[in-house]
Amino acid sequence: MCRIGAIKSLNYVHPSKALHLMNSQQKGHDNSGFAMVMQDLGGIFADHKEKPTISLACSDEGLAIAEEILDGSGFRCVFEWIPETNRLPGLDIKAMPNYVFRTFDYPKEMENATKREKEELLTETRLRIRFAMERGETGFVYSFWPDVITLKEIGNPRDIGAFFGLWEADESFTARTITAQCRQNTNYTIVRYAAHPFFLQGYVTLTNGENTFYQKNKDFQSTLHPGYIGFESDSQCFLYTMHYMHRQLGWPLQYYKHIITPLPFEEVVKREDKEELLAIRQSLAHLEINGPNTIIGALPDFTMWVVCDAKKLRPIVVGRTKDTVVFSSEVCGINEILPERDWEADIYPNEREIVVVDNNLEVQRWKQ
Amino acid sequence: METVKINDLACNDLPWKVIYDTKRCTLCGSCVAACSFGAIKPKVERRRKSFSDTETPEPKISFNATPVITQVNILKHFCRGCGVCERVCPNNAIRSEHNPDSRFNVVYQATTASGPKRGGRNNLEVQARTLDTLRVGRISQMTDPSLDAERHTFDCLAPLGRVLPAQNLPFTLGPDGKLTKTGQTPPLNWIYPIIIGDMSIGALSWRMWEAVSMAVAYLNEECGLPVRQCSGEGGMPVRLLKSKYLKYVILQIASGHFGWNRIIKAMPHMVEDPAGVLIKIGQGAKPGDGGLLMAAKVASHIQQIRGVPKSDLLSPPNHQGLYSIEESVQKMFLSFNAAFKFRVPVAIKVAASATSVSVFNNLVRDPYNIVGGFFLDGIDGGTGAAHDISLDHTGHPVVSKLRDCYQAACAQGRQGQIPLWAAGGMGKTGNLAADAFKMFCLGANGVFTGKLMLQLAGCLGNEHSRCNACNTGLCPAGITTQEPLLVRRLNPDRVAENIVNYFLGVDKELRKLMAPIGNSSLPVGRSDCLISTDKAVADRLQVQYVC
Repeated sequence: MCRIGAIKSLNYVHPSKALHLMNSQQKGHDNSGFAMVMQDLGGIFADHKEKPTISLACSDEGLAIAEEILDGSGFRCVFEWIPETNRLPGLDIKAMPNYVFRTFDYPKEMENATKREKEELLTETRLRIRFAMERGETGFVYSFWPDVITLKEIGNPRDIGAFFGLWEADESFTARTITAQCRQNTNYTIVRYAAHPFFLQGYVTLTNGENTFYQKNKDFQSTLHPGYIGFESDSQCFLYTMHYMHRQLGWPLQYYKHIITPLPFEEVVKREDKEELLAIRQSLAHLEINGPNTIIGALPDFTMWVVCDAKKLRPIVVGRTKDTVVFSSEVCGINEILPERDWEADIYPNEREIVVVDNNLEVQRWKQ
Repeated sequence: METVKINDLACNDLPWKVIYDTKRCTLCGSCVAACSFGAIKPKVERRRKSFSDTETPEPKISFNATPVITQVNILKHFCRGCGVCERVCPNNAIRSEHNPDSRFNVVYQATTASGPKRGGRNNLEVQARTLDTLRVGRISQMTDPSLDAERHTFDCLAPLGRVLPAQNLPFTLGPDGKLTKTGQTPPLNWIYPIIIGDMSIGALSWRMWEAVSMAVAYLNEECGLPVRQCSGEGGMPVRLLKSKYLKYVILQIASGHFGWNRIIKAMPHMVEDPAGVLIKIGQGAKPGDGGLLMAAKVASHIQQIRGVPKSDLLSPPNHQGLYSIEESVQKMFLSFNAAFKFRVPVAIKVAASATSVSVFNNLVRDPYNIVGGFFLDGIDGGTGAAHDISLDHTGHPVVSKLRDCYQAACAQGRQGQIPLWAAGGMGKTGNLAADAFKMFCLGANGVFTGKLMLQLAGCLGNEHSRCNACNTGLCPAGITTQEPLLVRRLNPDRVAENIVNYFLGVDKELRKLMAPIGNSSLPVGRSDCLISTDKAVADRLQVQYVC
């Protein structure tokens, strides 16, 4: 069983908050791993927000492969952060030899390129590194994007936190948007890529649930975009659908729910926008999902959102204070890090709504 | 002594033998009157009896004339094994029995210089059906709960019509953040995922056709199931064309264009659009052949509807004037789309064939986006009339070919753009819901079925060559005949009731299959929830092999 959590704040937040958020829910997950995506970075990365940062976990050989590809493409390293790791005996972690977070300047020939062109180059480069490292099983590249850091590891989240020194809060390693989860993909083979949150071109999702339409989602998505790969977890489909709808088709966020959990026909025909909704259902029938799910996500502009399956078979709570909003599978997680909030203002999203939080922490509830 | 006339037809040359018990027979004559094929007749036999009427045996011989029922040994009147004589006999005095030593195929052709014809179905298929080696084996448990088939809501509809890829939808994003459709999209109807297949009025008796129409209207108007029927090639009664019930009918056009004169003339008077137009290119039961309606069935009302004289009606094997797929797309699809002002989806029906994927690819890549459905009909489909050799020795099973087409669509990212509808033996063993569900999982958006409706009406035929006489116009059940006396055997209200009840049962059973896999809408393409106990089938269809 999964538990998922997300923090969005006006202030920069240290990932220890995310560990505390998830730690209190440990009875609900299996302590098999820890993964998080930090967006809108502060601390040591605050001066490099426009420049892409790569998140790598690899062997020496893998690092050499990545460097060769990055150099060959003309990326110029401007900043590097190597976390101090505590390789103590007895820690439950399957650590990789190297964890590398490097920030780059774009290649010179991209100086006049559009934002979109630069973004496509980043994805293409990340995929080349991924494929190259996969061949010799020399490492993992989780993200290569401006203002984003991704960390995924196998083991006990408490020990992973200790290994990376994440339990001690400081101001050097922070972000305004953090999504986190404490479980590996224990349904199938344990692969680091299979741990939520998933990331693609600024889009993040993490899910508590199962996607019983995985096969048809995957069959459809496999040909849509070169970045739709892996499918180590059925939940990656949710990310790719969001990316396809929002970035590729340019449709607003509110249509996500209409794609993944379309309204029953009898309800659609009563609506003013029935022509549009039916057209969407027809064209994207293979992106419909089924099964129990709660999906938390973030957009490239750091807007955070959450939706549930059409029968609301998985829990989620949204709690907030003036400067922080927290999404959590269980309310105990929010109690842990926002004990002073107004509990009565907590939101329990229903099966037909999207809860959206913008960068001013305005919380909106959209009915499908 | 009789001479052995070895070259004369004998009853033991025929595929069915009539077994008759003189002792039980009361000579009521019911069997002879009921046999529509004239396969039995009364005759008088000279019987020899030895007896003694004295105290000591003094055998005497007497001869008397005994009336009996006997099988006719005339090719035109051979017994079809339909069993009507047995049904009608009050004393169980007569029945027919399959003759394993039949010489029929040889004798028939040697006598008539032509192969036998029949209606019905392929009778050679004796191995297990592919669909029966598949099971729904991916059951939701624990964290992924099964649904409640009785209480949850399920969306069981399928598209008929061309679906545009999302990036081609004519949407404009307004300042309010809403998408608005600002252009034309191809017509599309969401309908029940099981269509009652194309059986013409002509192939069917008017009572049978009426029963199907009544059942469809009832299912729509009273039960909320948007089931559609396809007219078959042969037009429709004008009264129905001008009625509101036209919206439940998919009009078929095949190479003979039968009935379209009246359809076109009725267009200005139509109060509803038809549910679709289906261009029939081929038929699974007899691929490569056109439609065939024997003269015996071309009764006066059929002549009127089709505008033809009484003669064998043979549709050409292909549409005249169509020399390529591109041409068919441009000419036929455009003209039929235009005929109903682009409000009615136009689909194509082809026989499953080794080349089906090429045809499908050509259509799915057509730049006009006007092919609204790909109906694939397999070898196990039925037919009103065909040459035995076509029925038994030509054709292609539908299951793997449907899968091939779906996978071809997947490879191009075009799944769903032309909805796939599969047929040919759906519900052959009586469980339509299971067959349909498995086909959905393999990639079909829906299925269509015809023969099963005849079974529901009381058809006596089966896959072991029983009856299969739809071509003769002598259907003993009144289903595929235009003989008034035979047609009156059929009670259209009862038939309609049977069809309605069957569909209501199918609808419940579909939910009973969707619930355990945790799906509230049709699992089109969810091959992951199927398993097969046959390794070859599993490999071919790319589903999990289990043992």
